[in-house]
Amino acid sequence: MSTSAAPAHWRRMRERYRLTGSKCETCGRTYFPSTRVCPNCRRKGKVVPIEFSGRGKVYSYTVIHSAPKMMSQFTPYAVALVQLDEGPKVLSQVVDCDPDKLEIGMEVEACFRKLFEQDEGGIISYGFKFRPLDDSWRKYYRK
Amino acid sequence: MFKKRDVAIISAATAKCGERWESGIKDLVWEAGVKALDDAGISGKDVEYMVVGNMSGGMFVGQEHIGALVADFLGLNPIPSLRVEAACASGGIAFSQGYMAVASGLYDIVAVGGVEKMTDVDTDQATSVLSGAMDFEWEAYFGATFPGLYALMATRYLHDFNVRREILAKVAVKNHYHGSLNPLAHFRNRITEEEALTAPMVAYPLRKYDCSPISDGAAAAILAPLEIAKKYTDTPILVEACVPATDTLSLLKRRDICTVDATVNAARKAFQLSGRERRDIDVMEVHDCFTIAELLAIEDMGFCKKGEAGKLYEEGQTYADGSLPVNTDGGLKAAGHPVGATGVKQISELVKQLRGQAEKGRQVSGAEVGLAHNVGGSGATAVVTILSRRS
Repeated sequence: MSTSAAPAHWRRMRERYRLTGSKCETCGRTYFPSTRVCPNCRRKGKVVPIEFSGRGKVYSYTVIHSAPKMMSQFTPYAVALVQLDEGPKVLSQVVDCDPDKLEIGMEVEACFRKLFEQDEGGIISYGFKFRPLDDSWRKYYRK
Repeated sequence: MFKKRDVAIISAATAKCGERWESGIKDLVWEAGVKALDDAGISGKDVEYMVVGNMSGGMFVGQEHIGALVADFLGLNPIPSLRVEAACASGGIAFSQGYMAVASGLYDIVAVGGVEKMTDVDTDQATSVLSGAMDFEWEAYFGATFPGLYALMATRYLHDFNVRREILAKVAVKNHYHGSLNPLAHFRNRITEEEALTAPMVAYPLRKYDCSPISDGAAAAILAPLEIAKKYTDTPILVEACVPATDTLSLLKRRDICTVDATVNAARKAFQLSGRERRDIDVMEVHDCFTIAELLAIEDMGFCKKGEAGKLYEEGQTYADGSLPVNTDGGLKAAGHPVGATGVKQISELVKQLRGQAEKGRQVSGAEVGLAHNVGGSGATAVVTILSRRS
């Protein structure tokens, strides 16, 4: 990944920071990430942006022990496929918990975090991660 | 309406798979390509067209433009030669393109190749390159790795169908057993279930022996219309169907992460086009990039109900002497997974099996019909091919 002088296009991806997606007003289906076409309604669909609540349940999970360099400082880290309350699934890390204690069905909420640093240029990528919905995560912070 | 021609394989060959530090892309292609041509009794100058599967020469060894490179090195200029890419299904897609070129009537003698040189980079880098096969923006960016995506499928699968972790280990043990009998395999050691269950964790619940290795390798096949193939061989291998299908690039957009719909769709159409039933298949090569993938593939292609593949492994039915032999060369797990070559390597193994030329202990006796299943990424591309011996 290069560190060019021009801002990277992903800075404009709202759903990376605010967990937004799309809803088709014709059929009511919700999508993440945003889509330009409702695959269900095709040309008859009317796609509008929506913001998700950020709450959902762990649909499946893993604990990554071997990761590419940009992520290796975080290993072992938990990654989950989270089914949002509004329907779509999203993938990210689950933090502020013991990675070995994850369970299918566990309630989580989105939080805004640093994802990684891009090579020596020091550009920091941010985005959403998840943490347990109960307040057990608070113990990971000093009083 | 356009009438397609029957297409047959005259010959196929695989290069020795593994950490081939002494060999580059050209050496690997040469090893497989020359053997395929020699076995076919065909001179390079008779080849009219070539397709080569390669996932990422650019990122693994800094080399793109693989189509012309291979034609040049094999002395085949000026024939048209192109490289195709569909991640780990690059080989299967190359084969389907070669098949189309012959079936359409545009070319008679077509060479299909697949090659990947992966061990010039370290494991971290290789992991990053392979991440390109997933949806980078919504998966890799958030910390997913390839083993991680298949681990997500495995966690949900073991949970939904109440399958024991030992079943995954049995897949690896069986594939290492077959690999031990295959001189071209990357790994020729046998492993025990105990070893598989206690190996270092890669991405929970997948451990080292649940994952296919990073391998250097190549494979090649020579295709022709059936009538022309008969002039070169007494046992042409008919391509009864070769069907690619696609699905969403990311796992998060899938209908069901325990079912690979691209496999379901490709297999359904391949069986329909060939007029074959599941019970007709004597030997299968399936894409076991991870142990969980082999179970899903068998179920998704309709060989048993969802969640029930484990039974076949409890009973040892997927060994070469079982009722449903799977990955008799050792599969991706033991024979190796040089990503761009894998789909062609599978075809080469089936040709060997259908001609009764596989090594003792792994030859399926009397095999006449075979199936190859090649997958790209976490299932965004799948190619299902059905072959049969004609003699």
